Amino acid sequence: VSVLYIVLPLALIIVAAAVGAYVWAVKRGQFDDLDTPAMRAVDDE
Amino acid sequence: VPAGLIEDVAERQFCCAGCRTAYAIIHEHGLDRYYSLSEQRAAPVRPTGDSFESFDHTAFDALYVETLPSGLRRVELYLEGVHCASCVWLVERVPLILKGVARAELNVRRSLATVEWNPVVVRLSDIARQLDVLGYTPHPYRGAARNAIRTREDRAMLARIGIAAAIAINVMLAALALYSGGGGGIGAEWERYFRWISFIVVTPAMIWPARVFFAGALASLRVRALSMDVPIALGLAAGYIQGAVNTIADEGPVYFDGLAVLIFALLVGRYLQMRGQRAAADSAELLQSLTPSTARVVEDGTIRTIPSEALVPGAVVDVRAGDTIPADGTVESGASALDCSLLTGESKLVSVAPGDDVFAGTVNRRGGIRVLVTRPGETSRVAHLMRQVEESAARRAPIVQSANRLAGVFVAVVLVLATGTWIVWQAIDPARAVDHAIALLIVTCPCALALSTPLAVSVAIGRAARHGILVKGGDALEALARPSLVLLDKTGTITEGRATVVRWSGPDFVKRVVLAVEAQSSHPVADAFARAWPGVAAPVARDVRYTAGRGVEGIVEGARVVVGSPAFVLTRAESSGVASRTSEALTTILVAVNGVVVAEAEIGDTLRPDAAPAVDALRSRGWRVGVLSGDAQPVVDAVGRALGLPADDCVGDATPEDKLARVQAELRSGPVVMVGDGVNDAAAMAAATVGVSVHGGAEASLRTADVYLARPGLAPLVELTEGAQRTLAVIRRNIAFSIVYNIIGAGLAMAGMMPPMAAAVLMPASSLTVVFASWRARTFDGGPA
Repeated sequence: VSVLYIVLPLALIIVAAAVGAYVWAVKRGQFDDLDTPAMRAVDDE
Repeated sequence: VPAGLIEDVAERQFCCAGCRTAYAIIHEHGLDRYYSLSEQRAAPVRPTGDSFESFDHTAFDALYVETLPSGLRRVELYLEGVHCASCVWLVERVPLILKGVARAELNVRRSLATVEWNPVVVRLSDIARQLDVLGYTPHPYRGAARNAIRTREDRAMLARIGIAAAIAINVMLAALALYSGGGGGIGAEWERYFRWISFIVVTPAMIWPARVFFAGALASLRVRALSMDVPIALGLAAGYIQGAVNTIADEGPVYFDGLAVLIFALLVGRYLQMRGQRAAADSAELLQSLTPSTARVVEDGTIRTIPSEALVPGAVVDVRAGDTIPADGTVESGASALDCSLLTGESKLVSVAPGDDVFAGTVNRRGGIRVLVTRPGETSRVAHLMRQVEESAARRAPIVQSANRLAGVFVAVVLVLATGTWIVWQAIDPARAVDHAIALLIVTCPCALALSTPLAVSVAIGRAARHGILVKGGDALEALARPSLVLLDKTGTITEGRATVVRWSGPDFVKRVVLAVEAQSSHPVADAFARAWPGVAAPVARDVRYTAGRGVEGIVEGARVVVGSPAFVLTRAESSGVASRTSEALTTILVAVNGVVVAEAEIGDTLRPDAAPAVDALRSRGWRVGVLSGDAQPVVDAVGRALGLPADDCVGDATPEDKLARVQAELRSGPVVMVGDGVNDAAAMAAATVGVSVHGGAEASLRTADVYLARPGLAPLVELTEGAQRTLAVIRRNIAFSIVYNIIGAGLAMAGMMPPMAAAVLMPASSLTVVFASWRARTFDGGPA
């Protein structure tokens, strides 16, 4: 079970990376407008 | 079809790919008749044909335009008429149509377009004209600075919620290991390890997302007031410190999982609340963007178009008929009639002559006038009103806060109970003490409680808005849920709010001469005649003379025509007998030609068709309905009789002060809902428990109103009370459910009958139940009663 000493911190690092990516996306404005991009899908050009 | 997209070769023209596909499908199935049907309904695209030259003015640049490092310019424009996916497609095609436009991006929900262009290649006025041709009249967006602050707030909040969620999930996973091993299957070494892991993981949540609560608590302590943040911050801090001490000492319960989930749940509640409050501010913002962006300023005898922001006191502006007045000022020359409904709610036109004050946002309906500007831009009356709308929207304390306060107290109680449980069980069975304390903490996680009210309120407000009912805050819903007294304004609320020709008896040729003498008048009676016979062409009248409040006379095609009240007309003409009035609420108008009365009309403000059913529906639900009007008592009595209301509750001849006094007097015996429009109701609406402004209602009433009905008539009022009732029922059910759940859970845990594992499974179940119950509740989707 002592593999937990390696796996758990590793998991936490992955979580930290995911959270970092999320915060980056938020700051870049990815979540500012959730309605329009869905409508842009009708553009077929 | 917008001119910019017409393909010369095609037989049929389409505005977008969607329409083309739709047409192909419809055509294929032989349903072409759809187009002949829909054409009658759809309003055609009508460009204003404005030159938009003011968009190129340097003052406009300084106010709205941002220069990007690449040399491109960027501006935010509010577009009229945006509604669907094809709008996105069209607007974002502008860079293809116009050379020099680098980017055009549309936010559908807020109707805001962000445009970037190269000033060397193309001018902004060209872009604006192009958008106008496509059918989207552009207006400079004035909330840009505020918008930036809002975007920053939104992003910070979203980031906080995301971080809190990630941390809560991971701490719960660690807690799961602790609880499932709690029966003795976990070694001391691993237990310590997982405790430390949760300690380390929860720490960032306390530092970043939870900082809003600590900052709020500190700020409120500094001003010596207890806000809802204080108990929350206290609970969080106590739990965290106690948990940290226990972790380091390696004994006693740790509270980290409960803390992490609580932070997340509270942040979600706060986010929903924030979005609800903005709905009201948004509508005010849009109206501000719709007041005229340009003014025609007179300088040295020539007229130039400039942005209205660039106006200075002392400037003279030229306002044509149909234009909106760009700034507060006094009329310098010319005479006209203004539609002041934006400010006063009165649809009656107001005549102005040199020396009269006029206000920004009112519409010039008759002739050209020149206005000497006294208070432009932000200092104008309408700008002042808008600021007050925003402030009152921000100040209102929704019931959401009481639920948050409850959650804070709840945390403190739970911490005490948990410690108590631990101490008591230490005496009974030391080995199980930690287990039972932990089970208590888990099972009583207050997130269901914290979510119950904000979720139900924001779902209800969102659904109401979709039905044309804008609710400013949860407290209004709370008050509207219980039947009490509702006072209705007459003009514009129960009635159509404008004079209508109700009855006409006389030969048709008389209509022409009536219109002829009334053509120059802005009197409501003249408006009523003009609306009643839109197809009748009037000859020109000579020697027209008005007698204020009585009537008008003149010469039409050689005949002498008199139109006016019976007293006025009968001193100038013979009559074979005048029919008696059919109702007290109507005004009789006689028409005489060459000294003989030839026709008779009755003019009145007719009841809205839905007024009587709505009043009946309210009364059957236990509401007391009254009328409170500034109109003459006989007219109000007649309206009251038509609606079947007791005479005591129909009060006429009320000045704004009388209305306020009446509302205050009624407040002593219970809550009062005031429904009205117009500035003369504003004070009464502010004083009432809930102020409801009805469609056509003025901005002045929106300032003090808690609810704005964007659909005409009184039917939405019935819907509103029913929706409020259902919303409150949902909230009560949610709170009752989470409290019962928590009491049972806490009881079982303290008695030592709840294993931590079972608690961990039950905890999210309670939150999910509340979420599901709130979303599913058909608070405002029941449709009109």
